[in-house]
Amino acid sequence: MNMTTSFALFLYFYLVNTGLFINNEFVAGNNTIETINPATGKVITSVQAAGSQQVNTAVEAAHKAFHGGWKTSTPRNRARLMHKLADLVERDVNDLAHLETLDNGKPLRNAQRDIIDVSNYIRYFAGFCDKLHGKVIDTQGKLSYTVHEPIGVCGAIIPWNFPIVMLIWKVAPAICTGNTIVVKTSEMTPLSALKFAALVKEAGFAPGVINIITGYGHIAGDSLARHMKCDKIAFTGSVNVGRAIMKAAAESNLKKITLELGGKSPNIIFDDVENLDEAVFWSRFGIFYNAGQMCFAGSRIYVQEGIYDEFVKKFEKLVLSGKVGCPFDKSTFQGPQISETHLNRIMSYIDIGKKEGATCHLGGKRVNNNGGYFMEPTVFTDVKPDMRIMREEIFGPVVVICKFKDTKDVIKQANDTIFGLAASVFTSNITRAVTVSNALEAGSVWVNCTSIVTENSPFGGYKQSGIGRENSEYALANYTQIKAVKINLNSKL
Amino acid sequence: MTSFITEISAPDGHKVTVNTGLFINNEFVTGASTIDTINPATGKVITSVQAAEKEQVDLAVEAAHKAFYGGWKTTNPRERARLMRKLTDLVKRDAEDLVHLESLDMGKPLETSRAVDPSAFIDWFQYYAGFCDKLHGKVIETEGKLSYTVHEPIGVVSGIIPWNGPMIMLAWKIAPAICTGNTVVIKTSELTPLSALKISELIKEAGFPPGVINIITGYGSKAGEALSRHMKVSKIAFTGSLATGRAIMKAAAETNLKKVTLELGGKSPNIIFDDVENLDEVVFWSHLGIYFNAGQACCAGARIYVQEGIYDQFLEKFKALTLSKKVGDPFSAEIFQGPQISETQFNRIMNYIAIGKKEGATCYLGGERVGDQGYFIEPTIFTDVTEEMTIMKEEIFGPVVAIAKFKDVDDVIAKANNTEYGLGAGVFTSNITRAVKVSNALEAGTVWVNHYYSQTPAEPFGGYKQSGIGRECGEYALSNYTQVKAIKINTGNPF
Repeated sequence: MNMTTSFALFLYFYLVNTGLFINNEFVAGNNTIETINPATGKVITSVQAAGSQQVNTAVEAAHKAFHGGWKTSTPRNRARLMHKLADLVERDVNDLAHLETLDNGKPLRNAQRDIIDVSNYIRYFAGFCDKLHGKVIDTQGKLSYTVHEPIGVCGAIIPWNFPIVMLIWKVAPAICTGNTIVVKTSEMTPLSALKFAALVKEAGFAPGVINIITGYGHIAGDSLARHMKCDKIAFTGSVNVGRAIMKAAAESNLKKITLELGGKSPNIIFDDVENLDEAVFWSRFGIFYNAGQMCFAGSRIYVQEGIYDEFVKKFEKLVLSGKVGCPFDKSTFQGPQISETHLNRIMSYIDIGKKEGATCHLGGKRVNNNGGYFMEPTVFTDVKPDMRIMREEIFGPVVVICKFKDTKDVIKQANDTIFGLAASVFTSNITRAVTVSNALEAGSVWVNCTSIVTENSPFGGYKQSGIGRENSEYALANYTQIKAVKINLNSKL
Repeated sequence: MTSFITEISAPDGHKVTVNTGLFINNEFVTGASTIDTINPATGKVITSVQAAEKEQVDLAVEAAHKAFYGGWKTTNPRERARLMRKLTDLVKRDAEDLVHLESLDMGKPLETSRAVDPSAFIDWFQYYAGFCDKLHGKVIETEGKLSYTVHEPIGVVSGIIPWNGPMIMLAWKIAPAICTGNTVVIKTSELTPLSALKISELIKEAGFPPGVINIITGYGSKAGEALSRHMKVSKIAFTGSLATGRAIMKAAAETNLKKVTLELGGKSPNIIFDDVENLDEVVFWSHLGIYFNAGQACCAGARIYVQEGIYDQFLEKFKALTLSKKVGDPFSAEIFQGPQISETQFNRIMNYIAIGKKEGATCYLGGERVGDQGYFIEPTIFTDVTEEMTIMKEEIFGPVVAIAKFKDVDDVIAKANNTEYGLGAGVFTSNITRAVKVSNALEAGTVWVNHYYSQTPAEPFGGYKQSGIGRECGEYALSNYTQVKAIKINTGNPF
């Protein structure tokens, strides 16, 4: 291997190729970007980053691969390749998990769980390859049917909070429906995807079917969103960038778009819960898992007044029992935030919360640990609905806990947001569970649990939390286009 | 209260009363201004109608919002269906009034409107009425949980519709929206507001609660813009030009990320192989495919590719059929082709004809204005065309067809697909393998084999590439008007 063009890097004994993965090769980018270990603040390595030229190369590769054979590959072959890829992911779970933890800061066992999820997602969609049924529509004098065809080249722009999971949410449904794809990973967390890229090649996917690049959003992301040969784009990230992508799609070739944006999800706990410890467990999991860096985080907890004091006490105890520390340490519950910028942003929200008169009941401070971006899990109480910490997405380990009395009132407060990604309800009463779920304006509603997101259930936002649904059979519609064919059987004359 | 009721007389003596206000909350109210609607057969004003700007759009959206949360969202599906079917009864009863208005306003021949429009409106509403109680979610097998989905209405949805099929487009936008439990604000084209205003009266008579269906007209740059930017409109459906489609998607992105579906333009290819059994049938369909509605159809077969062996014969028969069809006053008997919709469109089409000639195509037939009143154009045929010519690439939206020769199937498919559009396509062949393979290869949302232009409520319609986003009609349309909620009830051991 020519060392001047190889980007292979031995990293903590895990070989990672840091080039741009285009056409089954790792190639040079326009520039390099350093990726930081958020647990130490130190550079892990630098990776090749795409400019618009490399995005163009990737899209052209995907285009060629689509028209050159992937479009007409048999479903069985697509499924076989996907299962092989899942096998390799399972084989390399350790490498992938370590890279994920190094790059993103999530505790290692969480990263391991993510990798297992990835394998499940791949296999779930592999099973759909040969089940993309059109319809035959009963129409007099004609054979009228629909075909669900792939769209072509799909683009995906994914975030840093669940790097490899977000990668597979985009890749699996795109590939199983016969599309080719160009994924732009977050420049903050490029590593696990690069390892995954090597597995894509090893599994035997034809060159250009799956391309994985990284780069800055405003350069590589924008380029992808505007590319005239990219026929669809899927984005997960902030509302602002989501808007920019929709505009870019409108200004270029009207590519189809799906967006997964932010949230400020309510978690409502009624006083008839059977086991308050369970409600506390789930509620804490719902905000502090992944250091609060989840779009669906239950960041507003509403507790019915009768159990409010007891809940807060138990909640505080559980939160304090969770260790903030090095993600490779088995006893750690909460790792660092992703970056200095992001940590500062969260801390400024804490300032804002205090300034606006909320009580910082717990936490609120940075944690000094080895130069990383750590902070205490933070709880605010005595909050009012118009406070910024009640309305704006913080995307960190900061929760507000409010008291409520009346069902109708708490539903109104829960729905009083431009977001609508998720919601939770804790109650033992069946009627209440269903009627409250019905009333909540959210794409996912969890009852007596939080944050359960699986490959077989649709996920997506109401209102400004997004457009479209990912995962499950519902996702297939994002990656297919419908052709109606009508064959005339009657003579007109 | 000001009354906007006016009586309109059609050339055949039929009189129709129309309320020309903005239909908001089951009342006809004042607009910000008035717009004259022209009879394209004469160029003369029929009447003026109230036109909406931002303020009236706000009123309409508020009415729809109130109606949604005030009861329509939770209305029994059976009741929604009953109201929709009641409306179809009233459309049937008043069909003559409606087709007279449609012909006068839009210029389509009265006989054509009579044969097509009321029944299409009724069919679409009947079809979707039947879906009201069949909006099924799923139960998804998941360990330790009851996991299910609900397909909920979105809320206030809006439709911006074009002038080329006013009644039909109204049905396409309202029926699926209403059956799924949404409320709706429709902005009709200011060029053709009349039939929708009559239907508004019927909506009230049918018993729809106030605010469920609101119908306004106005300029796209004012009322359309306001609707696309409104923070309480959760979805917009648009049929019209590519340029406006882009603007609407941008407006949605800049405001509240409302869901967007678009039906835009086309430059649809019609491919005729030499193994067709009956050339006269092919000629019949190909002629219909471009000249129906004076060529004013998004999926018109505007590029005809004829395999060389039958080219001369096809052209001769096509010319003969074209010459046999009358262009003239929509209220005269046996008129096939009425006027173009407006002076602007007329000029645009004539300009394309001039460009065609300048770029070296042969104007084989037509190319001239008909008469000196109204906006009539001769059905026009260009031959000796090349793929780079403007008239082969750009949508003309008029009675102008380009006919080209081809030899080889791979070559003609490549040419057919060499366009930013992808709305419709026609294939004529008697060979089953060819019919299916060519259909598969064509990048178009609808492929007609051995005919052109059939469309029922059950079949999805929409564009590949820049012809649009999403599918209307069929079960497929329901997903445009619902949002999916996933509910997971934990019944297992959590720890």
